[in-house]
Amino acid sequence: MTVPRPRPRLDADNTAFWTGGKDGRLNIVRCGDCGEYTHPPKALCRHCQSENVSPQAVAGTGAVDSYTINHQPWMPGLEVPFIIARVRLDGVPGVILTTNIVGCGVDEIDFEDKVRVVFEEQDGIWFPLFEKHAPGAAKGGA
Amino acid sequence: MASTEAYITGLGQSEVGVRLTRAPLLLTVDAIKEALADAGLTVDQIDGVATYPGKMPSFLGFSPIGSDEVIEAMGIKSKWHLGGGEMPAQLSAIASAAMAVKAGLARHVICFRTVYEAAALSRPEEFPPLRRETVDGSSQWTAPFFSISAGTWVAQYAMRHMKHYGMTREQLAQVALNAHRNAAINPKARAIVKEPLTMDKYMSARLISTPFCLYDCDRFTDCSTVVIVSAGDALDEVKTTPVRIAAMSCSVDRYSWDQVEWYAAYETGEDLWKRTDYKAKDVDTIQFYDGFAFLPITWIEGLGFARRGEGHHFIDGGTRIARDGELPMNTHGGQLGAGRMHGFGFAHEAVTQLRGEGGARQIGGDPRVAVATSGGGPMAAALLLAKD
Repeated sequence: MTVPRPRPRLDADNTAFWTGGKDGRLNIVRCGDCGEYTHPPKALCRHCQSENVSPQAVAGTGAVDSYTINHQPWMPGLEVPFIIARVRLDGVPGVILTTNIVGCGVDEIDFEDKVRVVFEEQDGIWFPLFEKHAPGAAKGGA
Repeated sequence: MASTEAYITGLGQSEVGVRLTRAPLLLTVDAIKEALADAGLTVDQIDGVATYPGKMPSFLGFSPIGSDEVIEAMGIKSKWHLGGGEMPAQLSAIASAAMAVKAGLARHVICFRTVYEAAALSRPEEFPPLRRETVDGSSQWTAPFFSISAGTWVAQYAMRHMKHYGMTREQLAQVALNAHRNAAINPKARAIVKEPLTMDKYMSARLISTPFCLYDCDRFTDCSTVVIVSAGDALDEVKTTPVRIAAMSCSVDRYSWDQVEWYAAYETGEDLWKRTDYKAKDVDTIQFYDGFAFLPITWIEGLGFARRGEGHHFIDGGTRIARDGELPMNTHGGQLGAGRMHGFGFAHEAVTQLRGEGGARQIGGDPRVAVATSGGGPMAAALLLAKD
């Protein structure tokens, strides 16, 4: 994908999510009272409305809940095909991330594939992408 | 005075085309004039206007005209009007109008949806494309991953149906094949569909986002569609066969396209049947939002015509949803065949069929009950319409 990724406008709620990759952290807002996660991030817990919430680094691993192979160049210069996926995060019940699966061919992805986060930095935004990995395998790359 | 019932009493639609040059306000007025003539009403009798999603100055192709503009342009003495996007899907504007006439705030409400997406795209100097330095709101969770079209969002739920419930592309194809068959005999669809669609052509079409190919995605269209909603105690003023809005339901669970487990069609469908004595078996025709071909399958399941995860079996082979089938679907061609009218086309067609005015595409058997739906993903709205 040679074109720049559309860039989120950083604000008080989302900065920890979009910049956590600088420190290798995938940050998801968690409630200090009820323990539940809130995503998209907000200044309050969507489960108990407590304001005692803060971004917490999560494991950064998960499984492919669903995916699609995108063939349409939605903007000039966008290289296709590529994988868009919904990733269910380990240890973060109820939270799904839309993302790209990278590092494998578009015909090498399937439901329930184990994946882990890899960050791609662009002008201060750290985009959480995911790559396939076998649990227990030697950790490599980012 | 409040009325216990609300009816659809007038239908209108402008020319439907791709890259029309007629101004969107004039298309809107064309559709309104047709609806007024249809109902036998004059502008002086209109006292309400409703639209979805309201004028969007930064995105004029998507929504070029607001209700306030129509009030001003036509000299309507309005007692109630509405236009906005913060409601659960397009037909919520009609549901709101029904509430307004039931509450006694208005007697005859013009409900319209004007789209100008093809024309705007072809005239960027006049309709500057939406360009932003950054993305925010809900799009920030998808656009950074080049998941830009809603098609890529819906596609992932369609993929899940294939994986978990065994839906095949041949079954999914029936939505588009049915749409094209019906559009072929709809004079209003001439600009949208020019050639018949075959299974071979479908299976060899360019892929957009798996499992969706070109024919699974609706096409930018320019047109305005109008329905007039009237109070039950004002029916002596109209000349058409009134069609009652027998039940309405709308819902949003998460306002988030990727966090929901099941689309809002399921909850909205269940709710609809809680609000009426009619049952799914009473329905004679279904007009289901098909901006992407998978969405009608969610409505078939959500409204209980098939069990969850079995909607694709219901449409298998296409005979059940054909015009002469047990439950004719999208008889005008839906958005896949008749153009992206953005929700209102389904209400327009449901009433057309219940009145028996479908011409060459009219279904048989004196249909009395229809369901029209709009929306997809986390938002949904459904209308149960009855000639009773």
